[in-house]
Amino acid sequence: MSEPTWRAVEQIMGLPVSIALRGRHAGSAAGNAAWAAVVADLRTVDRAFSTYRTDSWISRHNAGELLDPPPEAAEVLALAEAARRESDGAFDVRRTGRGPVGSLDLDGVVKGWAVQRAAARLRDLDDTDSCLSGGGDLVCWTAEPDGAPWRIGIEDPLDPRGVIARLPVSRGAVATSGRVHRGDHIVDARTGRPPVGGPVSVTVVGAELAQVDIDATVAFAQGGRAVAWLRARPDHAGLVVWGDGRVETWRSAA
Amino acid sequence: MKKIVLAFAGTVSVIVLLFGYDTSTAGPMATTSQTSVISGGATTAPSGSDSSGSDSSGSDSSGNASSGSDSSGSGSTGASQSSTVTGDVAQTRWGPVQVELTLDGDTISDVSVVQYPNGNGKDQEINSYALPILVQETIDAQSSDIDMVSGATVTSVGYQQSLQSAIDQAST
Repeated sequence: MSEPTWRAVEQIMGLPVSIALRGRHAGSAAGNAAWAAVVADLRTVDRAFSTYRTDSWISRHNAGELLDPPPEAAEVLALAEAARRESDGAFDVRRTGRGPVGSLDLDGVVKGWAVQRAAARLRDLDDTDSCLSGGGDLVCWTAEPDGAPWRIGIEDPLDPRGVIARLPVSRGAVATSGRVHRGDHIVDARTGRPPVGGPVSVTVVGAELAQVDIDATVAFAQGGRAVAWLRARPDHAGLVVWGDGRVETWRSAA
Repeated sequence: MKKIVLAFAGTVSVIVLLFGYDTSTAGPMATTSQTSVISGGATTAPSGSDSSGSDSSGSDSSGNASSGSDSSGSGSTGASQSSTVTGDVAQTRWGPVQVELTLDGDTISDVSVVQYPNGNGKDQEINSYALPILVQETIDAQSSDIDMVSGATVTSVGYQQSLQSAIDQAST
């Protein structure tokens, strides 16, 4: 790039949140203020929805307290319900067997939705390209619709220090689900177990991070049917890495 | 803004493009490789030549936030020494694929697909997110080649060892 890229990192929601700006407001006062607003926005979401905080709304709800939900809850729950229906129940935020009836685990929905919402603030920066990543799920924006794309490396799930592919993305979102870093943290809600015979990593590229993040998670939970399920989803593309290291690219059939 | 997509290392002159075509359209070439390999220097043409087929993607690249890639249809930036290199036609499982690189000096500024498999009309409507997924043969994952990393959820601890961390550190 001929222009320097400005970067910053904050630990929020237990995740590293990384930002890159290039163009007029890379490092400007307005750019710094926009980043501060993004951080504040994500911390607000964390205070409401983090299951790692005992004082969050979700934790108190799951402990049986009857509280008014935060204003964003309706939107998050609507996303979760759509995902449950579209995944034939593989994705379900309703906990079973843990906590009282009505317990929720919104972790699979909140992150993508929150990063997408926060990233929208960066679009107000004139003549500035932005890329915001929440723990490896990211939103890209270029001031010009066909501006020089961000070069997104797709982490090698078998060697997290390397990349297996590189995608140019101008405007769009990229999410990857897999079992590195956190171990087997994705389970099929229908069985309560990690998927069998499935991919080690699923990357989905599309317009909205909230959606591609959920789709990557659901596809991962589909095991060996991951690519077939992804193809049936609209307006997405991406790649899947199988256990033997094979990389399979796909796009929506529709 | 200068449109430099990839630093084109002198010794690495092979790029592999993987296409996310729907495998259900697999044709008679179903046993051949799905990759298209380009090596430099096959054909050199003046820049700005409107190669056939380049209008088949990117046609909706503005508007509804769907321009995942600008790598075709956008033409060159008019730099005086830019040139295009057209790769050999590669037989893929979906049919022949040919790609064209635009070079500014020794830097790739654009990648476009000049020939798609023509099994049916759907193949022409390449989803703007699907092209191109670049898998460089000796991708060395230097921070200069990658702006941001997408990977399975990185915890704060795992981040310390991650490539994203290296990229973040490189510029601060």
